[in-house]
Amino acid sequence: MAARRHEPTGFPRQVLDSGQSLLVIFAGVLLIAGVAQTAALGVRDVRTALAFGGLIAFGELLRLNLPGDREAAPIAMAGALAYALLMKVGPSAAQHGPEQVVAVAAIGMLIGALPHLAVGRPARLSAMAARLVAVACVAAVFRPLANHSLIGTAWWSELPVMLSLVVLAWLVEAVIAALIRTDLLRGRFGVTLLDELRVQLPLGAAVGASALLIAFAAEVMGLAAVAVFTVPLLVTQVALRRYTGIRATYLQTVRALARVTEIGGYVETGHSARVSKLAVSIGRELGMPEPALLELEYAALMHDIGQLSLRDPIPGGATVLVVREEQRRIAEYGAEVIQEARVLDTVADIVRRQSDPCRPAERGEEPPLSSRIIRAANAFDDLVGSSVEPSRAAAAVQRLRLDTASEYDPQVVEALSRLISRRSVLGP
Amino acid sequence: MGKLPRIAWLYIGAVIAAAAVAVARGPFSGVNWAQVAALGLLLAACESTATLLSSHRSISWSPNTIPCLAAVILVGPVGAALVACCTLLGVRRGPSLAQRLFNTGMFTLSAYLAGRTFLLFGGPLGTPANNSFPAIIAPFAGAAVAFVVINFSLLRGVLLLAGGAGTQSGRVGLDFKVLLTDLGYAVFGVLIAALWRVLGPFTPVLVIIPLMVARWAVAQFAAQQRAYEATVSALCQAVETKDFYTRGHSERVSRGSVMIAREIAMRAERVEAIRYAGMLHDVGKLGVPTSVLQKTGSLTDDEYAAIQLHPMRGLDIVREIGFLDEALAGIMHHHERIDGRGYPMGLAGDEIPEFARVLAVADAFDAMTSTRSYRGARPVPEAVAELRKWAGTQFDPAFVDAFVTAIERDGWRAPEAASASADQAAAADAVPADTIADGSLSGSLASVTLLSAEVLPGDLLSDPVGDPPDELDAPTEPLRAIESI
Repeated sequence: MAARRHEPTGFPRQVLDSGQSLLVIFAGVLLIAGVAQTAALGVRDVRTALAFGGLIAFGELLRLNLPGDREAAPIAMAGALAYALLMKVGPSAAQHGPEQVVAVAAIGMLIGALPHLAVGRPARLSAMAARLVAVACVAAVFRPLANHSLIGTAWWSELPVMLSLVVLAWLVEAVIAALIRTDLLRGRFGVTLLDELRVQLPLGAAVGASALLIAFAAEVMGLAAVAVFTVPLLVTQVALRRYTGIRATYLQTVRALARVTEIGGYVETGHSARVSKLAVSIGRELGMPEPALLELEYAALMHDIGQLSLRDPIPGGATVLVVREEQRRIAEYGAEVIQEARVLDTVADIVRRQSDPCRPAERGEEPPLSSRIIRAANAFDDLVGSSVEPSRAAAAVQRLRLDTASEYDPQVVEALSRLISRRSVLGP
Repeated sequence: MGKLPRIAWLYIGAVIAAAAVAVARGPFSGVNWAQVAALGLLLAACESTATLLSSHRSISWSPNTIPCLAAVILVGPVGAALVACCTLLGVRRGPSLAQRLFNTGMFTLSAYLAGRTFLLFGGPLGTPANNSFPAIIAPFAGAAVAFVVINFSLLRGVLLLAGGAGTQSGRVGLDFKVLLTDLGYAVFGVLIAALWRVLGPFTPVLVIIPLMVARWAVAQFAAQQRAYEATVSALCQAVETKDFYTRGHSERVSRGSVMIAREIAMRAERVEAIRYAGMLHDVGKLGVPTSVLQKTGSLTDDEYAAIQLHPMRGLDIVREIGFLDEALAGIMHHHERIDGRGYPMGLAGDEIPEFARVLAVADAFDAMTSTRSYRGARPVPEAVAELRKWAGTQFDPAFVDAFVTAIERDGWRAPEAASASADQAAAADAVPADTIADGSLSGSLASVTLLSAEVLPGDLLSDPVGDPPDELDAPTEPLRAIESI
């Protein structure tokens, strides 16, 4: 199953902007400093270094995508953290310094990234850099403590320190990822960070626990621990990969099937895709968290599915032009179709309420934010279509703005207006 | 519970009594109570994660093997039995008190006997030291095998005595794979014991976290897959509303294609792909004007051309989906004929992709057995005869044979009966057992839900296999040529 990219944004991937390049440069400096210092001081315990380096390379080779176009390398991360947290290998105490941890982790990651590069999948440098920085933080705190025997040898004195460092690594990685994402997608940092923490939590827990297990088990079973405790993580990874795959396929399928209205001549070509893209941008502008954005995207893609109940397509598919009752009927039918699936009830509700004006005269509560966004995005697209003319877009926004008293949510229209002006500054 | 035969009750009572005796006999001297408590908590946590086994829906699984076998090494047979008693503390919805008591008895007995086996093979009791390592493996392996085998035998016993009433679970083939999975989990038991010296009671927590996350990921995958299937099916139904007579058609073609695919032993992923291909094979019809689709008379050349376009339009829609290419080829070519007189490309024989040949059989069969604007539904035997007649010219004979065999064995649900039950069957089928099992270690045999004792969600989902096709009284009419759509 080809898991394609899931984010609807049109930002070019390979161009690193300033924030990302800063991070990558920082990681590069770390790498050079680590390698240089290790070379100067000499490598301690080569066998252990090789075993962990191998594990990290293996893990990097098996990196996987998480929902929402994220990259993770759980096995590599667990290996690197375990190496940073290592106390003893068999009877002998581990004496490697933080610089050696950084050097081994960085070299392992680079080696693991090579085969990907060879088959034309360029490494995502910023994700690798984030992992390296997180590992470096842990190593910088823990190695001096361990090497100078500042923490005891009983599990109850070691474990709290290690546990908090594993959590630290998870936080560092999430903060960096959130910063990059905020920069890239123009979201809000707080919302993005929460999204990041939520997505990374299960995998982060598995990685942290495996890292601790490897570090402790190395004392009992030597380097065999490295292999043994990688297995549960491998199982997790297989399952997660399939989960991400089916999620991506799900979105692709809804996107594809939303186009049946176009093939059937009910709406203009590209309408659903444009409305969903615009709606997600507005939602992000308004600080919606990721699960809500996904629902919004589904609802926006399928907002016109109700038109299939019409025997004859509306001319041009412009629902903004038909009477309110008809709109409501289409929305209702669309919601019924979606409800049929029994797993998308929120989405069905969003679609059902899309035809309601934002300040309802008769019906009590106002429709959900997602419905209001789709309503505005749909109206905007019906007015502008595939045109990229800035003046036309501005005129459409102006028209929506006139109707904010009853029809459209002023907050949504303002967000749309900000997006449009940004787009016309940046060019189409 | 009243429906259980008396002998089953006796059996359950005997298992519980035997377990109670094993625990009561002790001796309790030298039992490390702190370890028993830690492992008992772990067991209760494991038991709380029990999930219904997808292949045998009245049996559920949880990784209870891990704490039980760790206890065998750390605290000996009596300690292990005490740990196993904590099965009762698991937070679970579903099983009744009697079922939980039986489960607890079963685990207690298994753990006790596994502990005895461990001692019999000369395994050293207590927290293992570094030097006990290679030597401990053989006794532990013996204990693990004993645990798994006793657990299975006890479970099988109750199923035999209670079941047999024609339910699916009466013939539980507790497969080999399940045993192996269980033994795989046993390894974590020895790991917990091994790490106890360095990590203390925190060991089980750390060992269990990655496993729990793995199970979580598998559950997410399964849920997402079900959601996916339901959504595709709902959208296909929406497409079908355009033509009243084809309602449910996609669903049934999907089911028929899967029957053929299973019959010819296709790989699991390919079966999945053909399931979706079947569902989506006609989406392109949306591009055909309604008036043409529902026309009762003969078609003009233009109208026929419009119809011939629909596989390509369908391909246009689904191309974007990250499907197996095979499914796409199947959708595009499902109207090709073996003799080369089909459309859109006029491919012949083996040039036609396998998926397309499978879909063509299921598609034509459903078209014949359902009502159309211009004729009534035909009975299944007639449609089968028709398939046979055209095998070799229109259809691939191998797939016709496979389909007929499958129908004769499992029956075919014709359109009238299909709407509600088909959905349920689809939901139940959504995640085939092997799909889950090879993604994860799916757990240890943990509990039995006594058959016919109560309705579990699993029973509601199970497929009413074997309903005889009941369309013998459907209107018959002279056979016409195979339909064009």
